[in-house]
Amino acid sequence: MKTGRLLPRLSLNSQRSLMGFVFTCPFAIGFALFLLYPFVQSILFSFSELSLSPEGFTTSLVGLKNYHRVLFVDPRFRRVFVETIGGLLIDIPAVLMFSFFAATILNQKFKGRLLARIVFFLPVILGAEVFVQINQTEYMSQALGMASKGIVDMQQMKVIFGGTRATETVVEFLMDSINRIPQIIQASGIQILIFLAALQSIPASLYEAADVEGATGWESFWKITFPLMVPMFMVNIAYTVIDTFTSPSNRLMMYIKSSAWTGGGYGVSVAMAWFYFLALMLILGIAMAIVSRGVQYES
Amino acid sequence: MRASVNLRASAAVGGIRTLLARRLFNPARLGGLTWATVRAVLVAGISFVVVFPLLVRMTLALRAVEDMMDLTVNWVPRNFTVVNFQIAMKHMGYLKSATITTAICSLLAAIEVAVCMMIGYGFARFSYPGSRFLFALVLLSLMVPPSVVMVPLFLNFRYFTVFGLLKEPGLNLIGTSWPLIMMALTGTAKKNGLFIYIVRQYFRGMAHELEEAAYVDGASPFRTFLSVMVPNAGPILMIVFLFSFVWHWNDLFYSDLFLRGITVLPLALQSLTERFAYSWSDPNIDGSHITLVSSAAMLLYIAPLLVLYGVLQRHFVESIEKTGIVG
Repeated sequence: MKTGRLLPRLSLNSQRSLMGFVFTCPFAIGFALFLLYPFVQSILFSFSELSLSPEGFTTSLVGLKNYHRVLFVDPRFRRVFVETIGGLLIDIPAVLMFSFFAATILNQKFKGRLLARIVFFLPVILGAEVFVQINQTEYMSQALGMASKGIVDMQQMKVIFGGTRATETVVEFLMDSINRIPQIIQASGIQILIFLAALQSIPASLYEAADVEGATGWESFWKITFPLMVPMFMVNIAYTVIDTFTSPSNRLMMYIKSSAWTGGGYGVSVAMAWFYFLALMLILGIAMAIVSRGVQYES
Repeated sequence: MRASVNLRASAAVGGIRTLLARRLFNPARLGGLTWATVRAVLVAGISFVVVFPLLVRMTLALRAVEDMMDLTVNWVPRNFTVVNFQIAMKHMGYLKSATITTAICSLLAAIEVAVCMMIGYGFARFSYPGSRFLFALVLLSLMVPPSVVMVPLFLNFRYFTVFGLLKEPGLNLIGTSWPLIMMALTGTAKKNGLFIYIVRQYFRGMAHELEEAAYVDGASPFRTFLSVMVPNAGPILMIVFLFSFVWHWNDLFYSDLFLRGITVLPLALQSLTERFAYSWSDPNIDGSHITLVSSAAMLLYIAPLLVLYGVLQRHFVESIEKTGIVG
C-alpha cells in the first residue's frame, strides 16, 4: 500500500483507523465550525445584547434580561409557544399512526399500487416552506373559502351537534382533529418510507409458516408484523419529533426568526430558541422513554 | 334492438348473480373483497387529500378574474386564460430565477451526495477511537433546531474572518452561495445528518467480499471506495441527490438567511406575494387577482420538481425497497 510507505510504519489496524478518520473528518470540521461554535455563541448571545456595525458585532452581557423579556414582556411568545407545542403533541401520534397504516396498505399487492405510492410520496416533493406563508397571507382565498378551507365546516357542525357548552367543546376538538388530517398526511411522507422499507425487510418465510399453522391475516399482523415494527416506531418518533419541531414552517420557528430581524432583536430571538430547544429535548426524551419500554430487539 | 338490450342485461344480471353467489358463499373471499373495497376507498381518499390543494391551485390559476365573481363557476373556469401564468412569470423573473435555483440546487446536491457518501462510508466500515461519539454527533446535528444557531451563523458569515484568520471586519458572505456551499462540503447543511445516516446503513448492509477482493489486489481505501463501493450504491445515491435537491429547492429558511439579493425561486415567490398582498400600486391588478397570480406562481414553482419526480419516480419508489434504509 502506498500510504504505508509515505507514513511512518503503522499497523494495519491503526492505518484503517486513520483512513476512517480521513473519511469522516469533513463532518468533524463542519460540526465544530457550523454547529458547535455557533451553539456556544448562541448560549452567550442569549445572555447579552448585540449591536451590529459595518466593522463587526459587539456583545455586552445583560444577564437574564433577554429571558425575562421573552417570558414576561413579549406579548405573543407564550401564546404561540403553548399553541405550537400543543398542536405538535397532537400531530406526532397522529402522524405515526397514519404513516404506519399507510405503509401497511402500500405494502400489499393491489392494482394501481405504483400510482398510489407515487401520490403518497408526493408531499415530500411539494412541501415548499414558502407556501405556508402564502396560505397565511392570502386573505382573498380565505374569504372565498377555497385554499384554506377545512374538510368540515366548524360553524355548521357546531350548529348541528353543539347544544350545550360541553358538547360544543367536544365537537370543536373532533372537528379540529379532522381538519388536521391534510396536515398530518402532508407530514408523513418520510415516515411512510421508513415503515415501508422495514416492512419489506420482514422475511416472507415467517408469514408462510404462520399461514401453514392456520393463522389469519389479522393474527399474523399482530404477532409478526407489529412486534418487528416496534423498533421502527422509535426511529419514526425521533424523526417526527425532530422534523415537526425543526420545520421552519411551524409558527413558533417563524416567530423566532421574525423577532430576530424586527422584534426584540438577536438576543431575545436566541433566548426564545433556547426555550424551544429545551422543550424539544424534554418531549423527545419522554417519548423515547415511553416507547423504549415496549421495544423487543431481535436476539 | 330492445330485445337484444334486454338479453344482454339479463345475461349481465345472471353473471353478477353467479359471481355474487360464488363470492357470498365463500367467507374468505368475501372478507378479501370487503377489505379490497375498503382499501380502495381509503387509498382514493388519501390520494384526494394529497392532490386536492394542487387541483385548487390549478383551477384558480387557469381562470380569468371575472370567474371569481361568477357564482356558477366552482371548479371548471368559464374563461380559460394563461394570463395569470404570464403575470407570474414576469414578476418572478421566472426563467432567470429558475435557472439560478437549478444551478445552486444541483451544485449543492452534487456536493452533498459526494460528501455524505464519503462520510457515511467512513462510519460504516471503519472504527477508530471516538468514531461512535462522532456518529452520535451526526444524529445530534439533526436535532438542533436551525433557529438556535441561526443568529450566530448569520453573524459569522456576515463578518467572515475564517474563524479568526482574517482581520476583524472580515468578508461579507451574505448574498453569496458560499455559506451553503461550505456547509454542504462539511456535511452540515440542511438534513445532511439524515443522509449520512441512511448512507451508513446502506453500506453496512453491503457484503464485505468485494472490498476484501479490492484490498487483496492492492487498492487503497479511497480507490476501493471510488471504484467498488460507489458504483454499487446507485439507489442510495439517487435518493440522496433527489432529497437534497428537493429540500434545497423548497427551502426558505436558509435561502432567506444567506442568499439575500440572489433571486432564487423561493425568495422570488415570497416577494411576489408580498408585493401583491401589501401594495396596490399596480392598477392592472385588483384584489381577486392576487389569488390567481399566486396560484399560477406556485404551480410554476413546483413544476420543475414535478418533472424531476416524474422522471425519477419509478427508480425512486423501487430504490427505497432496495436500499433497506432500515438495514
